Amino acid sequence: MTSRPRWTSIGLGLFFTAAMLFPVYWMINVSFTRTQDMRRTSPYWFPVHGTLDGYRAVIHDQGPYITTSLVVGIGTVVLTWVLAAPAGYSLAKLRPRGGGVLMLLLLIAQMIPGIIMAMGFYAILLNLKVLNTLPGLIAADSTLAVPFGVLIYAAFMSGIPEELMQAARIDGANSWRVFRSVVLPVSRNASVTVGLFAFLWAWSDFIFANTLDASGKHMPITLGIYRYIGNNDQQWGAIMATAVVASIPATILLIVAQRFVAAGVTAGAVKD
Amino acid sequence: MAHTYSATPRPSTLGGGTMPSSRPFVHRRRRRTARLRRQLVAWTFALPVVGYLLVLYAYPLYRNLDLSIRNYTVESFVKGHAPFAGLQNYRTDFHDPTFAPALVHTLLFTFVSITFQFAIGLSLAVFFTRRFRLSATLRALFLVPWLLPLIVSASTWSWMLNSDSGVVNFVLHSVGIARINWLTSPSWALVSVIIANIWIGIPFNLVVMYSGLQAIPAEVYEAASLDGANGRQRFWRITFPLLRPVTAITLLLGLVYTLKVFDIIWIMTRGGPASSSTTFATWSYRLSFGNLLPEFGPGAAVANVLIIMTLGFSLVYFHIQRKARGA
Repeated sequence: MTSRPRWTSIGLGLFFTAAMLFPVYWMINVSFTRTQDMRRTSPYWFPVHGTLDGYRAVIHDQGPYITTSLVVGIGTVVLTWVLAAPAGYSLAKLRPRGGGVLMLLLLIAQMIPGIIMAMGFYAILLNLKVLNTLPGLIAADSTLAVPFGVLIYAAFMSGIPEELMQAARIDGANSWRVFRSVVLPVSRNASVTVGLFAFLWAWSDFIFANTLDASGKHMPITLGIYRYIGNNDQQWGAIMATAVVASIPATILLIVAQRFVAAGVTAGAVKD
Repeated sequence: MAHTYSATPRPSTLGGGTMPSSRPFVHRRRRRTARLRRQLVAWTFALPVVGYLLVLYAYPLYRNLDLSIRNYTVESFVKGHAPFAGLQNYRTDFHDPTFAPALVHTLLFTFVSITFQFAIGLSLAVFFTRRFRLSATLRALFLVPWLLPLIVSASTWSWMLNSDSGVVNFVLHSVGIARINWLTSPSWALVSVIIANIWIGIPFNLVVMYSGLQAIPAEVYEAASLDGANGRQRFWRITFPLLRPVTAITLLLGLVYTLKVFDIIWIMTRGGPASSSTTFATWSYRLSFGNLLPEFGPGAAVANVLIIMTLGFSLVYFHIQRKARGA
């Protein structure tokens, strides 16, 4: 096809990727660096005197934060599934009048800046006295995923063949049965996508946590890192080790669900 | 919640053969009740999300609007009943010495970020259309910056840009460039957060533009090759014009998403030093939550200016997307 040999392409591709991922490599490298080497004039490019001190600090300090993040993440996923799946089914298959408007509102909802939501939530949670509690944070974090979830479910479910549902209806199933026993099982891939992203976004959330849970008993890992940075003796080995641990869900997502990730990036951008 | 739909009346029991006089009328009525029933069922399934949008989107937005037109203190914020202030908070913001710099920084941050994200993303997308082994794997790896929690990216960049021990300054130093106080000098703080933000935004541009490129049929290129077009001509005469709709959508979506960037700036510089990297997003947050004495009213007012900008661009986006889909 082209006159250029393929190995040039592979070489260039590897070079670009390496350049792009250098910060990620650097994070990992620093996470293994000893404190006394941290401020060397010429940094070690590889963890030659590698240490696990940073990770020991993570185990020692960050355990509760990680647990909180897991709980918040799972809570957000469940809430998102419960809300988004029926709505997606309705928009895709039951054609409610005004469904187009609802779809548009969901698209707009995704665009509202987080700080504005954070400010509104702060006022509401304060009045409801659920500031600095996990349910409050889960409710806030779910706003990152619910509109996306509905749109993904709707896009996926509109591809389910009508005959499949017709068959169930002839057997006397009502809409709820059709939804539960036909549509939902068939939409497993959509549920995986929505669940993974809901978890990832709740896990990564900083702004809601910092606004709504900054003096709570249970804080998520993003605030754990933020507190580390705020300390006067910034222990960059420990900070970067925590950052590496905080990156694990993203890594798993990329390995397990690579094909869904690109769909998540482009959802709302090129799809309708 | 969704199972409550079973409480809807069964229309078959309403009109079932009670009016034998005029058959067409009954038919029409039966059809209408059936349609009504279908609508009820449809909306019952959508109801949880509608309620959700009202409680967790509409109400916070309303609260924000309310905050911006009242004179709130910490006490009245808890208890309610703040006096109406009209546009006073907006006027306060407008005359604040931070207003002009924040506006300029917001625009610079947004447009410089988008220009580079798009240029680099598109170049990489074009590059990845070459078919070679590992192409798909490498493209997937490019998604990593997009997937990482922002606090991870921001803190990594903070350390890389550290004045004394950062790897960036080390590299600059070894090629003979003087060290730069990336995060602590007012003239470089904005540049620093822009660099980090470009890095985070490249994957999105790459993925969307790549899918746009995939949509261009190969025959077009073949025809151009037969006519003797070289690589450069193929790009500027074919690829670029055919990509225009996807480009518009990518840029506008980038605009909407970049205007609201908060985490990166807040974590790396907190908008400082001395407002030198403050945008509307971080200014608004600082007013409401960053000081000992919160200024909720002015903070909410800045937030509302930001939301108007966002909505303006998103309307343009929806307009273009509809046109692109129609074409």
